[in-house]
Amino acid sequence: MEQQLKQLEQEALAKIEAASNLKELNDVRVAYLGKKGPITDLLKGMGKLSPEERPKMGALVNTVRENVTNQLEARIAVLEEQAIQEQLEKESIDVTLPGRKIRTGNRHPLTRVIEEIEDLFLSMGYEIAEGPEVEKDYYNFEALNLPKGHPARDMQDTFYITEETLLRTHTSPVQARTMEAKKGEPIRIICPGKVFRRDNDDATHSHQFMQIEGLVIGENIRMSDLKGTLDALAKRMFGEEREIRLRPSFFPFTEPSVEVDVSCHKCGGKGCNVCKQTGWIEILGAGMVHPNVLEMAGYDSKKLSGFAFGIGAERIAMLKYGVDDIRHFYTNDIRFLSQFHRTEE
Amino acid sequence: MLVSLNWLKQYVDIDGLTAEELAEKITRSGIEVDAVIDRSQGMTNVVVGYVVSKEKHPDADKLNVCQVEVGEGDVRQIICGAPNVAAGQKVIVALPGARLPGGIKIKKAKMRGQESNGMICSLQELGVEGRVVPKAYADGIYVLPEDAVPGSDALELVGLRDIVLELGLTPNRSDALSMLGVAYEVAAILSREVKLPEVKYETTYEKAEDYLKLRVEAKENPLYAAKVVKNVKIEQSPLWLQHYLMAAGVRPHNNVVDITNYILMEYGQPLHAFDYDALKTKEIVVRLANEGEKIVTLDDQERTLKAHNLVITNGVEPVAIAGVMGGANSEVTENTTTVVIESAYFDGFSVRRTSKEIGLRSDASARFEKGVDPNRVILAAERAAQLLAELAGGEVLEGTVLVDELDKTPTRVVVSPDFINARLGMKISLEDMLSILKRLQFDVEAANGLLIIDAPTRRQDIKIEEDIVEEIARLYGYDEIPMTLPEGNDQVGGLTSYQAKRRVARNFLEGAGLYQAVTYSLTSEELSQKYALKAEETTKLLMPMSEERSTLRQSLIPHLLESASYNVARNAESVALYEIGSVFLGKTDEGLPYEEEHVAVVVTGKWVDNAWQGEKVNADFFIVKGILEGLFEKLGLADRISYVKSTVDGLHPGQTADIFLDGEKVGIIGGLHPVERKNLDLKDTFVAELNLKAILTATVEDLVYTAVPRFPAMTRDIALELDRSTPAGEIIEIIRKAGTKLLKDVKVFDVYEGEKMAPGKKSVAFSLTYFDPERTLTDDEVVNAHEKVLKALVEAGAEVR
Repeated sequence: MEQQLKQLEQEALAKIEAASNLKELNDVRVAYLGKKGPITDLLKGMGKLSPEERPKMGALVNTVRENVTNQLEARIAVLEEQAIQEQLEKESIDVTLPGRKIRTGNRHPLTRVIEEIEDLFLSMGYEIAEGPEVEKDYYNFEALNLPKGHPARDMQDTFYITEETLLRTHTSPVQARTMEAKKGEPIRIICPGKVFRRDNDDATHSHQFMQIEGLVIGENIRMSDLKGTLDALAKRMFGEEREIRLRPSFFPFTEPSVEVDVSCHKCGGKGCNVCKQTGWIEILGAGMVHPNVLEMAGYDSKKLSGFAFGIGAERIAMLKYGVDDIRHFYTNDIRFLSQFHRTEE
Repeated sequence: MLVSLNWLKQYVDIDGLTAEELAEKITRSGIEVDAVIDRSQGMTNVVVGYVVSKEKHPDADKLNVCQVEVGEGDVRQIICGAPNVAAGQKVIVALPGARLPGGIKIKKAKMRGQESNGMICSLQELGVEGRVVPKAYADGIYVLPEDAVPGSDALELVGLRDIVLELGLTPNRSDALSMLGVAYEVAAILSREVKLPEVKYETTYEKAEDYLKLRVEAKENPLYAAKVVKNVKIEQSPLWLQHYLMAAGVRPHNNVVDITNYILMEYGQPLHAFDYDALKTKEIVVRLANEGEKIVTLDDQERTLKAHNLVITNGVEPVAIAGVMGGANSEVTENTTTVVIESAYFDGFSVRRTSKEIGLRSDASARFEKGVDPNRVILAAERAAQLLAELAGGEVLEGTVLVDELDKTPTRVVVSPDFINARLGMKISLEDMLSILKRLQFDVEAANGLLIIDAPTRRQDIKIEEDIVEEIARLYGYDEIPMTLPEGNDQVGGLTSYQAKRRVARNFLEGAGLYQAVTYSLTSEELSQKYALKAEETTKLLMPMSEERSTLRQSLIPHLLESASYNVARNAESVALYEIGSVFLGKTDEGLPYEEEHVAVVVTGKWVDNAWQGEKVNADFFIVKGILEGLFEKLGLADRISYVKSTVDGLHPGQTADIFLDGEKVGIIGGLHPVERKNLDLKDTFVAELNLKAILTATVEDLVYTAVPRFPAMTRDIALELDRSTPAGEIIEIIRKAGTKLLKDVKVFDVYEGEKMAPGKKSVAFSLTYFDPERTLTDDEVVNAHEKVLKALVEAGAEVR
C-alpha cells in the first residue's frame, strides 16, 4: 500500500509538471485529489488496516496529499503569473500616440477682454448695466450734454433709424438711463456693449465695435479717484509694472475730460514701434461727469459728483494680443478664434 | 490746425525748446499735437540757381538743356522738362548728392545723351502738397525772386526751413483755430508774454459810409463790419506771406485773397473780400434767403437756397452765402481796384446748418460754427485794412461801415478754491491758482474765499466752475493728481442672475466644443428675417452705407452661416460656432425695436476626428440637439423642454424642429436645406437658435438634494414596430404616462430602419427603468407596472415585437 501510494505521488507530480495550463492542472487535481480520486480511495480503504498501521498510513497519505497539493498550487501560481505576463504583453500600447482630444471651444477675445474688465470692477463693488443698441437720440446725445446741432456731434458719425432713434454711438446712453432709473442715488456701474459708427470697415475702423463704459456717482467723487481706478485697470490689463498718465481732452459729457495713456507694455516705456517711440499708448477717454449731465438726470450737481470712462474693447485686445487688423474680430476665422484658448493667469 | 513755428514766433517767444519739447508740453497741458512736421524733411544740397541759358534738347522735344549758375562761377548743365523754365530765372536746384522727400536721390545722369548735373525743382518735388502750390507753379518749376543769390540755401527762401505742429483740436478749443489763440496757449504754458500785432494805418479823407450802405435784416447776424479800400493793386503776395499760408495748408492766390486768409489764420476771424464795383448797388443787405433763390458760388457751382439760409446781398441778389462761401458775381479779380472787406459774426448754428445742407465746409464755416471771438470781429477788419494798405498799395477809406448789436461782455465764473481742490482730490494753493489764471490772461479777483473770474471772450469754452477746474488742473499738471479709490460705498456689486446664467451658458457651450463668434448686427434687408424665430417689423437705417448693412437682424443664424462658409472656404475641416447677441423685433412704445438676446449655434464638417483610432463622426442633427439638451440640463430646464417637428424656410423640412419651453416656442433647430448648403458651399450643416432671454429668465426651483438610491433599480426592454413617421418622442410620452410612479426613466437604445423591416416601418427599442427609493422591488411589482405600459402601447397602435 505504501508503495502504491508512492507511485501515485510520482505519477501526480509528473502530471503537474507536465501540465501547460490551468485546465490541465485542474484535471490533475480532480484526478488525484478529488472525491473519487485514488488517494481518497486509499483513505477509504484504511479501515482494513490494523490499528497500529492506521496512524502511520494516515500520516503518510496526508503527507502525499499535502505534497501534491503544494506542488499543484505552486504550479498554478507559475502558470497564473505566465498568463498575466502574456496579458500584459498583449495589452501593451504605444504611449506616445496622441490622446483622444476633448473637443472644446473658447470665448471670443473681445468677450475675454470684457469679462476681465468686468471681473476687476465686480471685485470693486460695481454692477454691470446693459442697455439697448438702438437708442433714442435723447439718451445717446441730448442727455449727455450734446443738444441737436452741437458741433461735437460731428465727432461721431451716426447711423440714424429715424430723426429720433439711432444705433448708439457709444455705451454712454446706458449711463444716462441708469442715472434716470436710480433717481439721485449713488451709482457704480460698468456698461459693456456693442456700438456703431458710420465708418467704412478697414484695418483700424469698424462700423460695429465694443465699448465698456464705467460710471461712479457719489458724494465727493474726485478726479484722483478716477486716476486711481484707471491705474488699477491698466495694471490688470497690461501688467503690474504699468503706469498711466492723463492728458487734457474734450468730451461734451465730462468736465474736465482726459485721454488716458498707459506706459507701453512692449518696451516698458523706452519707445518702440508699438508706442510709436513715445513710450505711451492711448487707451481710453474719461473725465468728471459734466454737471449738465447730472442735472438732466435729476442729480444735484452741487452735492454729488462722479467720474466716467469709456474703453474700446477692440483697442485693448489689439494692444494686448498684438492683433493688427480690427476686422479679425468679426470674420470669426477659427484659426484666429482658437488662439485665445489658453489662460493667461 | 497746422501751426508754423516761424509764424508762431511772431507772437510768442519759443526759444530754448526744441519743437518736440514744445509739442510735448502743448500735448500734456491741453491740445494734442498729432505730428511735428519738419518741412525741410532732411533735404540737403538744394540751392538757388540762375538759368543762364536754355536750349532745346537736340533729341527730345519736351526737354531743355539749361546752363545754370549754382554758385559764383559754377555753371552746370542741367536738363529740365518743365514747360515754364526760361533763361534769366532764379530757380531751385537740387545738386547731385541731394536727397529729396520720398527717398529720391539726385545723381549726375545722362538724359538722351546730354549730361545733367542736378535737377531744377518744383515745390511738389520739395514735398509741398500740390493743393497748396500757387496755381502759376502748379504744373512746373517754382521761380524764385530776382534778388535770390545763386548757390545760397533755397529751402530758406521758399519757407521750408520751418517746423509745423499739427494740432488735433477738440471742438471746445476753437480758440486755437488761430495763430494768436495758439500763441496765448503757448504763452500760458511757458509763462511768457504774447506779442500782439500792432494794428495801425492811415486813412483817406473819403468816408467808407459814403461808398457803402449797410442793412442787416436777420438776427443771425448781430455784427457786420465792412471796410472799403481803394486803388488796390492786385498782384502776388510777398513771399513770407505765401510761405506762411502754404505752411498752414492754404494755397496763395493774390494779395487780397491772401490777406483775408492770413487774417483768418492769424485771428481766427473769417473775412470776405468783395469787388466793390461788381456789387453794383453800393449797398449790402444781410437777410435770409428766399426759398429757391440761387447763387453761383466761387467754385462755379450754382446753389439753390432755402428760406433759413443767411445770405449777403447787394440789395437785389445774393453775393455770398453768409459764413460759407462768396458768390462768383462779386469775386475779386485781377482787375479789381476797390475792395470791400467783410468781417462779421454769424450765428454758429445757422452756418453749420447751411454748410451741411450745401455740403460745403470751409475754413470759414468751421470757425463760425464754433463761434468766433466777438471782440476780434472789428479788429480783424482793421487788420485787413492795414495789410491792404501795406501789401497791396490800397488807400483805406475812413471809418467802418457797421451794424453791431453783439454782446461782447466776457463770461463771469465764480468758484471757490475749495471746490476746485475737492473735485481734483488735491491741495493746490490759492497763489498757484491765481498764477495759473493770470498766465491764461483771465481777469481774476480773489474775494471772500471765492475766485471771481472773467474769461476772455476768445475762450468761449469757459462757462462754468468745472471749466475752471480743468484750466487749473491742466496747467498745474495732471501728473500731480494723486491716486485714490472712491470712498464710501454701500453697494455690494456683482452679476445679476441673468448675467451669471449667461456666463454659465457661455462656459457650457465652449466646453461642448463651440467657439464664440461675434458678427454684425446690421445685415441686408433680404437676410434680416431669414431663420427668424418670429419675424416682425424690421428696423432699417435711414441712410445705410450699403444694402448689405441696411437692416437690423432678427436672427443670428445668417451671419453665423456666413462665418462657417468663410472658414470652410479656407479649408477648415470642422466649424462649430455659437453667438450670443440681440435681435431687433418690431417696435415698443418707446419707439425703439424690442431687443431680445438670442443664442445661435452652427456646426458643420467633422465633429469627432480621432484619426489613428479610426473614429470619425460628421456633424449631425443630434450633436446640436445634444448640446442644447446639455444646456437645458445645466440650466435646470431639461424636463420642461419639448421638440416638435416643424418647417423653417432655408432648413431641411425633414430635419427641423421647434423647441418649446413650458409650451412656449423658444427656439428652432434643424439641418440646413440642401439648396442653402449649395449656395454657401457647405456640406452637412446644422443650426439652432434659442431665445436666450426666455431661457435665462425662466424661473427654476431651488436646488435641493434627493437621497442617493439605496435600493437597486430594475430594467425592462421593449422593441416596437412603428410607422417610419411616428416620432419616438410620442412613444416616450405614452410610456411615461402609462408607467406608474415606479417608472423612473425611458431611454431609446436602438432604432432600425432597413431590409428586415416592412416598407414604411421602423423598429425602435426602449429601455425602461423601474425603481422605488424605499425598498427593493419584487418581480411581480415590476411585471405589473410593465404590463400597464405594454397595454397602453398596444392601445396606441404600436406593435410589440
